[in-house]
Amino acid sequence: MTINTLAKGGCHREQMACFRKMEKVIVAMQDPDMGMKMRNQRLLITVIPHAMTGHDIITWLTHKYRISEEEALHLGNMLVKYGYIYPLKEPRCLVLRPDESPYRFQTPYFWTSTRWPASELDYAIYLAKKNIRKQGELMEYEKERYSLLHKRINHTWDFVVMQAREQLRSSKQRRKADRIVLECQEQAYWLINRPPVRSITLYCIQLYCVVHIEACRKALGRNRVKSSICLEGFLKYSEQYLNHDPIMQGCLPSNPWISDDTAHWTMNAEIVPVPTRLRVERWSFSFTELLNDAMGRKEFMTYLEKEFSAENLYFWQACEDIRHGENSKIVEKVEDVYKNFLAPGAARWVNIDSKTMDKTLEGIKRPHRFVMDDAQMHIYFLMKKDSYPRYLKSDLYKNMLAKAIVPQETKKSVFPFMRRQRHSSPSPAQTATQAAEEEGLAKGAGANSAAGSHF
Amino acid sequence: MCDQTFMAATFGPCDSCSKPSPLMNIYIKNEATNYCSLCVEMMACQGLQKGETLESLKRESETLKKKLEEERNKLNDVELHQVAEKVEVLSALSIKTRRVLKGHGNKVLCMDWCKDKRRMVSSSQDGKVIVWDAFTLNKEHGVPLPCTWVLACAYAPLRSLCLIMNGYLGLDNKCSVIPLSLDKNENLAAKKKSVAMHTNYVSGCSFTNSDMQLLTSSGDGTCALWDVESGQLLQSFHGHTADVLSLDLAPSETGNTFVSGGCDMKANVWDMRSGQNIQSFESHESDINCVKYYPSGDAFASASDDATCRFYDLRADREVAVYQKDSIIFGASTCDFSLSGRLLFAGYNDYTINVWDVLKGTRATILFGHENRVSRVRVSPDGTALGSASWDSTLRVSWSFSTGSNYIFRFIKLLFWVNSRLVLEFTVAF
Repeated sequence: MTINTLAKGGCHREQMACFRKMEKVIVAMQDPDMGMKMRNQRLLITVIPHAMTGHDIITWLTHKYRISEEEALHLGNMLVKYGYIYPLKEPRCLVLRPDESPYRFQTPYFWTSTRWPASELDYAIYLAKKNIRKQGELMEYEKERYSLLHKRINHTWDFVVMQAREQLRSSKQRRKADRIVLECQEQAYWLINRPPVRSITLYCIQLYCVVHIEACRKALGRNRVKSSICLEGFLKYSEQYLNHDPIMQGCLPSNPWISDDTAHWTMNAEIVPVPTRLRVERWSFSFTELLNDAMGRKEFMTYLEKEFSAENLYFWQACEDIRHGENSKIVEKVEDVYKNFLAPGAARWVNIDSKTMDKTLEGIKRPHRFVMDDAQMHIYFLMKKDSYPRYLKSDLYKNMLAKAIVPQETKKSVFPFMRRQRHSSPSPAQTATQAAEEEGLAKGAGANSAAGSHF
Repeated sequence: MCDQTFMAATFGPCDSCSKPSPLMNIYIKNEATNYCSLCVEMMACQGLQKGETLESLKRESETLKKKLEEERNKLNDVELHQVAEKVEVLSALSIKTRRVLKGHGNKVLCMDWCKDKRRMVSSSQDGKVIVWDAFTLNKEHGVPLPCTWVLACAYAPLRSLCLIMNGYLGLDNKCSVIPLSLDKNENLAAKKKSVAMHTNYVSGCSFTNSDMQLLTSSGDGTCALWDVESGQLLQSFHGHTADVLSLDLAPSETGNTFVSGGCDMKANVWDMRSGQNIQSFESHESDINCVKYYPSGDAFASASDDATCRFYDLRADREVAVYQKDSIIFGASTCDFSLSGRLLFAGYNDYTINVWDVLKGTRATILFGHENRVSRVRVSPDGTALGSASWDSTLRVSWSFSTGSNYIFRFIKLLFWVNSRLVLEFTVAF
């Protein structure tokens, strides 16, 4: 739900679902067997059929929904406010009175949900009818709006006047009681739907059409994947991660929230001497998992050093830094990257195909945040397809997996009411400041700037 | 009884364009006919060239829409619940709320977890932002703000920068960033830095993969990407035709896309680099309040005022599941996945949290406890707990007790409490 009370159209925005529920109530009220009892009401000298008193409405609501009178009054007020029931005496006062005041049901033709949004044309026809029927019947604000409409939709004025005359002519052929009823209903409808300042004009419709057509054309050209393949993907993913999901399978040694023991968190901290087995297994799920884990990335770096292809990972890290770092440092960082990785004879020269290299070198002349994207993508997929699978088969990884801890499940205390002390942990702000200081020192000592450790 | 004398068709095929829609009763050549509102407009403007162009455009738009639906359905060879038949049924979930964080004076509008898995930040209509250590129930920081509509807050990934959103109709449509410090005496509000500015309220925000960039969604119908340091607008995203209520970043390899959902019932996927709208999904029947990516990044879920949550597959480019029940009438305002993506937690306006089995499409369990609307649910970063914020001014942390060992615990507990009864009736389910 939006907190805007006035949407772009300027009319009150309500939810259609609520209207449908209100309509269910209204339909139940008009049920021939279980619904409300109607009577004829006298309005001046005419008898209006099928009217009910405010008191009857409240009684019926109280019985049907088994609610208090106060709540029934509240609900009834809502029905009147949104135009499903309208008062016969004092039509401009949209309030449900728990006395003998007469009310009627609004015809479905005028229900808010079926006619929403009320258009300018509609309103113009209504005002024109009122004007023709009796000169001076229009109220002040209606006169203002009438002249405004006359200016705005002038090109349709012939149609408006024609429709107004036709509707008046056909209504003359109805019985007087029906005519009055219809007039009341229409009046009630327009009292509620004070028209918006403007509704969608023809021009806007045209614009929306064009935009929609463009979007559809683009969407038609998309490559789509067969459902069976996509859906299998979700099954596999959920299955793979099942053991890692504490809500589904619990976690070892125990869920800290249940046992008040933070061992699980300390064992899985950013950097630990020995990682847990689940964590190391997770590195084999996908390349992103490996890179996203600080320890995994460190291990992978060690492996690449052995293979003499560490410059790939350093390059990738430097590119990430450019993409996500401060705007002001982009130029300087791009320079560094060029010097260290791309320039001929660079210390850590990365092997990119000539087309990408040319494109990147062109882009460096006017450096921006995404200038390294193509090169970075190339190296990323190179690592993913080549180094990563070999790492998973390597001794380094296998040893890590073997060494990894499988925490013992904590035995639950037999006395359920013994609680452990919950200790505070250092605030992340504190650890962050410490890390920043260390980083500063490291930089000062002249370590490789391209390494750019983030943690 | 409704009037018998004035019977008019309210909904049905239009006499002019044959499209089923709400009808208006008008007179043409003294004959009463029923036209849809668009045809009436066109009738009224007959004689103008625009009328004809509009007609053909409308026709083209309709044909393309149908064609798109056909294309999408061509590759639809199986439904999610059919594929999920071979998956094991979930064992009975026992999720309980065990921590209640009290301290806000008014509705809590938003919360977010910190990377350390135990801290959370929450913002409330009382104008305060509080940082809690949910584990010990300590309040660590409290930041009073000049504005009461603090609609969202988030933790920055690296440094503990706490993000706050000030969305106040017409007055302060800005997004600010506050660095959290150790010194509790320091006036944190003074260090507030304005980053983003929209022309209407700011509904949602998220840091991208670093602390340096911020993505915001706004009531003015756009999303925007900002540079935190300079406050500069880097990219803006246009395409929604109404307020954008929520956004979420994709956890993909390339990390370049995000999804947004809005009051125009559409969920759009955007490319952050180019600002283009890549994909669009329009199947909800009311405002989309929240969108969240599936952990693999290949799909996302949305929660809407039409009381349903829906699951959209990005590769197949269509909606693959609808999570709904007849007994759920009130809109869903928030949703989040469990770590494996098997469960979807959704908070509703009837004060409950429904937990859905994403693959099978059934409801796994329901959580009660809140005493007013649930405004936000978030699973903790390591998936151990679920945090929820509500208009009843509290935050609650819940977790699952359904693990094997727990049944042993329960067994012992039963022994204790069932005194000296000889026959102990209990079921131990594994």
